[in-house]
Amino acid sequence: MTKRNGWLATALATTMVTTMATALAVTPALAETPKHGGTLTYMIPADAPPSLDGHKENTFATLHATAPFYSTLIAVNPDNPSSTTDFVCDLCTEMPKPTDDGKTYTFKIRTGVKFHDGTPLTAADVATNWEYIIHPPKGVSSARESYMVMVDKVENPDPETVIFKLKFATSAFVPALADPFAYIYPKAQLEKDPHWFEKNIMGSGPFKFVSYEIGQSMKGVRNPDYYHKGQPYLDGFNAIFAAKQSVRVDAIRSDRAATEFRGMPPSARDELVKELGNKVTVQTSDWNCVNLLTPNQKKKPFDDVRVRRALALAIDQWKGAPALSKIATVHTVGGLVFPGSPLAATKAELEKMAGHWPDIEKSRAEARKLLKEAGAEGLKFELMNRNVDQPYKFVGTWAIDEWSKIGVHATQKVLPTGPFYDALRHGTFDVAVEFNCQNIVNPVLDVAKVLPRSVYPENYGGYEDAKMIELYNAMLHETDPAQQRVKMRALEVYALDTQVDTIMTPWWNRILVQRSYLKGWKISPSHYLNLNLANVWLDK
Amino acid sequence: MYRYILNRLLLAVPTLIGAAALVFILMRLIPGDICVVRLGGGGGMVDPKAVAICHAQLGLDRSLFLQFIDFIAGFARGDFGISMWSGKPVTLEIGTRLPVSLEIAVLSTLVAVSIAIPLGTISALRQNSWLDHIVRTVAIAGIATPSFWLGIMSILFVLEISQLTTGAPWMPPIDYVPLWVDPLHNLSIVILPAITIGYRYSAVTMRMTRSAMLEVLREDYIRTARAKGLLEQLIVNRHALKNAMLPVVTLIGIEFAFLIGGLVVTEQVFNLNGIGRLFVQAVQNQDYTLTQALVMLTVVVFVITNLVVDVLYAWLDPRIRFG
Repeated sequence: MTKRNGWLATALATTMVTTMATALAVTPALAETPKHGGTLTYMIPADAPPSLDGHKENTFATLHATAPFYSTLIAVNPDNPSSTTDFVCDLCTEMPKPTDDGKTYTFKIRTGVKFHDGTPLTAADVATNWEYIIHPPKGVSSARESYMVMVDKVENPDPETVIFKLKFATSAFVPALADPFAYIYPKAQLEKDPHWFEKNIMGSGPFKFVSYEIGQSMKGVRNPDYYHKGQPYLDGFNAIFAAKQSVRVDAIRSDRAATEFRGMPPSARDELVKELGNKVTVQTSDWNCVNLLTPNQKKKPFDDVRVRRALALAIDQWKGAPALSKIATVHTVGGLVFPGSPLAATKAELEKMAGHWPDIEKSRAEARKLLKEAGAEGLKFELMNRNVDQPYKFVGTWAIDEWSKIGVHATQKVLPTGPFYDALRHGTFDVAVEFNCQNIVNPVLDVAKVLPRSVYPENYGGYEDAKMIELYNAMLHETDPAQQRVKMRALEVYALDTQVDTIMTPWWNRILVQRSYLKGWKISPSHYLNLNLANVWLDK
Repeated sequence: MYRYILNRLLLAVPTLIGAAALVFILMRLIPGDICVVRLGGGGGMVDPKAVAICHAQLGLDRSLFLQFIDFIAGFARGDFGISMWSGKPVTLEIGTRLPVSLEIAVLSTLVAVSIAIPLGTISALRQNSWLDHIVRTVAIAGIATPSFWLGIMSILFVLEISQLTTGAPWMPPIDYVPLWVDPLHNLSIVILPAITIGYRYSAVTMRMTRSAMLEVLREDYIRTARAKGLLEQLIVNRHALKNAMLPVVTLIGIEFAFLIGGLVVTEQVFNLNGIGRLFVQAVQNQDYTLTQALVMLTVVVFVITNLVVDVLYAWLDPRIRFG
């Protein structure tokens, strides 16, 4: 009980401090009164999404096109999305305090909310949707089932209440619940045909569906019955799909579009700022995405921890990050945990781990020594990378150069996404430039990437490690923030320094250039968040 | 003639079956899994249960033989099935994009023909003159310049010129509207790609027109026509140009067929939602059904175009008879 109260107090204090800090930081923006009207045109840096169903899909292309139509139970605070701990109600009336030793969360649902067809939204709709997400019926796919392993059941005792009963208390639950893909669909339609939402839209969000031109655009119009009074400010939106970066940059430059919501490389930012000056604003944030250099431990000599450690020690993170950030979408040196999270390692903690030592010469001397001991001097191997420019190829090229400084010769092999995944899954690579990119900052779940494949199917390191699982479970079940942080460090040191199962590269940097008339929208550490456009307005 | 057309159409059947088998096998030789790309391409956790459900829904858990039989049977019925990526009927996916590609192909052909044939003819008639040198330089530059690069340059040119003249950069709209809905909006979108594609297309056609005309102009019957005192304009239009058009028409036909599905990069540069862009997406996403249908569409377009070209031969050269 004491532990829980301590956690709550810390979380509350963090939230208050963050909120106050943000309020101070954005005072000029808040001083402006939002204006109603206008249509926002923005670019979606993708081709057509596979389907429109948030429960089923995992791609941002679905979210960028459909989020404005839907409500979720809770969400990151749209006025403070940079915080990793500030969650607010969307369909609920108040963020609940957990009971039953942190294992029960009771949500009261707003009344008077209507779906776009006029039917009322009740707690039954919310409960059924979450039940489908957590325990999908046979033949129904939920991309988020694995994220909700802590949930035992969802109850709906009355039309205004939804109760989540957890199997164990964990701080990972609330962020997982704020998943932006967890749209609330009408229960009746969901039960009648769960696949209906793959091709159709029916939500209760700030915008109503107007049209979808496959692979080209999605259009929405203001929902006059939206439950957040006064919002949305826009009359409508027009989202245009454009996979090619030059098209998006030219569109913003010529004011055919006001922005995009994923992220741009520094060169695009510099070009737009140079051409448009104060007609554009730039927002940046650390991004909850990171490339990992993963040795395949099923192949020699990468089964030898001395070789893996040497590869980590060769990389100068502290000098590399600022240099790379000038040309690639990376920025911050970090460990396993997203740098903006309270659970992240401090610089002093990082500097104790392989690949983060402050003295690079000492680090590389140690690397050479380890390679010699392992009989792997002059090691040659192939670095498998994904055929994506930003930042994959930049990071891969940088790593190869760093390794050359200890006499290791790596060549880069670039594959399209399909063959890249195939090689990962079949273990037909030496070292891979992997990535971990999660839609909401939930470090407790995000770091599961280092768990062996028997536990986490997307681990491609080719190792089994009972101690790693033990360390992870201890951290996952810990509810006291201070203790959880200690346990997270133990896991991180074990994964990155003791076993060196993967090698970190700088965390990504999210850069967005927007037309200055676009107001109200604030950047978050994820391109999946804060996309319903309810608080966005145009100062034209 | 009708018998010839029927024979040609029947001969197309083994071509189509061969193409179908080839694309079916090649697609499955590419390593990868559409379900993994779809569920994990963004970097998040991929749920193995979701992947298994995806495989079952797409029929990828069945044997390759059954999948092939389904594909061939569907093709024979004109049913290409459902796109594995979007879940929409393949005919809808293609039908949405085909008008865009068709419009670009027709406009580019018009641009190319209206530039290439007059200039190619003039170039041949004024062989080795300064005019001929200019036309040949323009043609070689056109052949050497990739359309997509020219496309990027043309957009930048429009942006820079508008910035210099009006103070605000301008570019054509980026949301495609069909010609019959808003002709002005539509033309403002398609005119730049039509010109950039048409220029490269015209360069090749111009070279062909020039060389064919040079050959024909040296023929005995042209000399006879001149000896008879016929007007030069009449000789060129009635006797030389019509006969020189045989290889040119073939080239125009092949280029036109290529434009339907081959504008892979150019469509991306201009953000045109056409068949070329769809082709790239389908291959990248490992969408077997859609890729197979697109390949078959391309084969059909080539078969029909070649047939039309052959029929045109008879009109251009009455000596040609179809047996």
